[in-house]
Amino acid sequence: MGAGAAAVALDACTPDVAKKAGKASTSNKDLHGEMLQNYPGIGVLGYGCMRWPQKRNEQGRNVIDQEEVNRLVDYALEHGVNYFDTSPVYLGGDSERATAEALNRHPRDKWKIATKMSVFNATTYEACVEMYHNSLRIFKTDYLDYYLLHGIGTLNDFNTRFKDTGAMDFLLKEREAGHIKNLGFSFHGNQEGFDQIIALHEQYHWDFVQIQMNYVDWEHPNGRNTRADYLYAELDKREIPIVIMEPLRGGALSDVPAQIADQLKAREPERSIASWAFRYVGSFPRVLTALSGMTYMEHLQDNLESFLDFQPLDDEEKKFLLDVADLMEDYPLVKCTACNYCMPCPYGINIPGIFKFYNDNITADTFVKSKEQKDYARKRRKYLLAYNEAIPTVRQADHCIACRRCERDCPQNIRIPDELRRIDKYIESLKRETIQ
Amino acid sequence: MLRKIRILLAALFLIGITLLFIGIGHNWWGWMAKLQFLPSLLALNLVVVIGVLLLTLLVGRIYCSVICPLGVFQDLIIWIRRKGEKLFKKKKTHKFKYLNEHKWVRYGVLVISIISLVASGQMLIALIAPYSAYGRIVRSIVAASTGSVTLPLLITGLITLIIICVCAWIWGREYCNTICPVGTTLSLFSRVSLLRPVIDESKCINCGKCGRDCKAGCIDTKNHKIDYSRCVDCFDCIETCQDNAISFRYVAPCKCSAGKEEPDKVDQGRRAFLVTGAVVAASAAAHAQDHMHGGLAEVVGKKDPDRTERLVPFGAGSVKRFYDHCTACQLCVSACKNHVLRPSSDLEHFMQPYMSYENGYCRPECTACSQVCPAGAIKPVSVEQKQTIKIGVAHVNLDLCLPAQGKDSCGNCAYHCPSGAIRMVRQQGSRNQIPTVSEDRCIGCGACENLCPSRPISAITVNGLSIHHNA
Repeated sequence: MGAGAAAVALDACTPDVAKKAGKASTSNKDLHGEMLQNYPGIGVLGYGCMRWPQKRNEQGRNVIDQEEVNRLVDYALEHGVNYFDTSPVYLGGDSERATAEALNRHPRDKWKIATKMSVFNATTYEACVEMYHNSLRIFKTDYLDYYLLHGIGTLNDFNTRFKDTGAMDFLLKEREAGHIKNLGFSFHGNQEGFDQIIALHEQYHWDFVQIQMNYVDWEHPNGRNTRADYLYAELDKREIPIVIMEPLRGGALSDVPAQIADQLKAREPERSIASWAFRYVGSFPRVLTALSGMTYMEHLQDNLESFLDFQPLDDEEKKFLLDVADLMEDYPLVKCTACNYCMPCPYGINIPGIFKFYNDNITADTFVKSKEQKDYARKRRKYLLAYNEAIPTVRQADHCIACRRCERDCPQNIRIPDELRRIDKYIESLKRETIQ
Repeated sequence: MLRKIRILLAALFLIGITLLFIGIGHNWWGWMAKLQFLPSLLALNLVVVIGVLLLTLLVGRIYCSVICPLGVFQDLIIWIRRKGEKLFKKKKTHKFKYLNEHKWVRYGVLVISIISLVASGQMLIALIAPYSAYGRIVRSIVAASTGSVTLPLLITGLITLIIICVCAWIWGREYCNTICPVGTTLSLFSRVSLLRPVIDESKCINCGKCGRDCKAGCIDTKNHKIDYSRCVDCFDCIETCQDNAISFRYVAPCKCSAGKEEPDKVDQGRRAFLVTGAVVAASAAAHAQDHMHGGLAEVVGKKDPDRTERLVPFGAGSVKRFYDHCTACQLCVSACKNHVLRPSSDLEHFMQPYMSYENGYCRPECTACSQVCPAGAIKPVSVEQKQTIKIGVAHVNLDLCLPAQGKDSCGNCAYHCPSGAIRMVRQQGSRNQIPTVSEDRCIGCGACENLCPSRPISAITVNGLSIHHNA
């Protein structure tokens, strides 16, 4: 169990799991060293503000733990992390406020803010402009360092949301006026869609592009999503700086299946599992910053260790990681990054929670494979008990009616209801003991 | 020595049965519940019934001091009081004294109990029967500690607990010797038991210690007589007597001593039970979070729908048979891991369980309740048998059904039906696929009702069958 952006701040139990994972690797220590910068003034470790720590307030609702956010931000800035990526929709719409509150305790020139125009459905010019102005207001600033069109996948998508509404023209004007220092977009989709949107570079000049890149997505993206090696090459060719999202695949690359973890540890026993993923993305010179959603201090410290006095991977090591990614394809893992875009499910299903439970049991080898296996009865009982502990029965997979609303929101292109039914079938086979 | 053995066995039984009610150890010491007298009588388990009667005929009411959990529990209360007095060095310690036998109350209660048994009025006997009463006490505490308690169960359990504690604290085993119908039944046999404690008048110095220590209040020290109908074989007197004047020995069947008859002075206060339906409306308005990411939508709790007939477990045979045999001991409720069984709060079936599917359904692989029932109200069924028994039939309410209302396509009931009894059919003149039930194949397990997205009332609900039969 390595540290990393593993935390899914969904409900009370998940942060605890993450906390445990973090504590295992690093304790409080003084970190020294030079933060890696591929472009002057920007630390390659960037802060993803989608996974701030949460706590329960008096009403029993999860709210952001502001005190801890402040502590994390202070520590990050002190160690050269100065790129903060948020969005008006993250954490139930509270991420921008919490991030701004922490950052505004520091001089404006010490930090770079990246936020997004997070409109997803048919919208109006007014709604777009209001969202933009609201971000400026929240950060008490008259310029945004980085501004993104949030999650576009096809030209059609871009047209309906940003071009036809007039939002794009507005943003271009704002860039000209110096209120937006860099204008770009974040991308999730297939290759055809990417080609269409990157072709707009000549017309709009994208200052940067945010893509999902890590040693698994390099060759094995989920579903119809585009391979990261292709995305990188296309952007590199055009000399467009690249912001990396999900360098850890939502923590999946800090908690890999036990047999694979053994291989990584055999090579670098002192380093965390997560460090491999960071050193992988940090080794590409076109990377402006790699965003990690560091929920706890342990995550931040562990990630910093990779980027302070950075040691790039050599070609042999990169090849080794790609082989590891090949191996990971053999496990029935759900490629969920716990981004929570599918949430809330209107029927109350805890989608990322179920996927995390399922994946964690595979990586921790607590997955029940067959009746013949050693300790079958105990493992089965433990698995079923743990499932009820992790997910309240009314939020379990068998309550999914496959309305498929979640599917269109999933940036990873996961067929969520099919995966939920696959998991439910597995759990049902455990309950009825019909597993072979 | 006898007393020590009695205490050891009693402790084992009390711990074992308490754990059973908590839900632990059915596989190992589930037999302890099967030795209980009234449930065995209702189950027509003649081996146990005759066994207990023969045991009583042989050695007296040892059953009441070892096997009956409520009896042992009262001994525990008395022991705590004695310890407490010692600990705080109270000068004036509480002494028991010889009590008169309240014959009219005893036999009156017994007769009423028998009548109510024959007339299927299980409520009265379920309330006063010792094993069931103890079961409710434990269940109400366990359920309260896990927050899943219903108000009627909590109130019944607590009132029983208070009455038993107060009675035991002040009058010792008076409950067992006046109210308890099992105690009265056994007393008919213990009066003439072959082995019993006997006072040797030649050794007795008339110190009266045994009488003051007798929690059953059955030793008439003045006349050197013991009322064997009330002696519960605790053997305290044997150990108390420093002159070895009391011994447990064979007495040839002859005329037996009994206390003098006196008019009843005190009657046990009748228990008043508050039956208050707990209606916890988990009304939570769904929070509208327009495009925001994350969070969990509120899930409205399901409500128990109106059913044309009650649902009782697979193995019950029929609703009437189930309620005729059930002693409301709550053992099946504690065994039900799917949160289906719960005690009733209506007067007719007070504390006797019924099934409902708001929090879970009767899973195909589970037969727990049928394995634990000591009263034979739920006969043992195998997993395979269970698939062939019909306890109810599902019924669709299209007004609530999402696809029938054109809201979302669904089919979750059909997808999860273990019997394959539900099929999605395109409604004539409509594009919507709606669920239809094959009444023949449906066994009434409630998977459809529990997994239906319609809340708080499911669009597909199960009505019980008054007589269960094969599907």
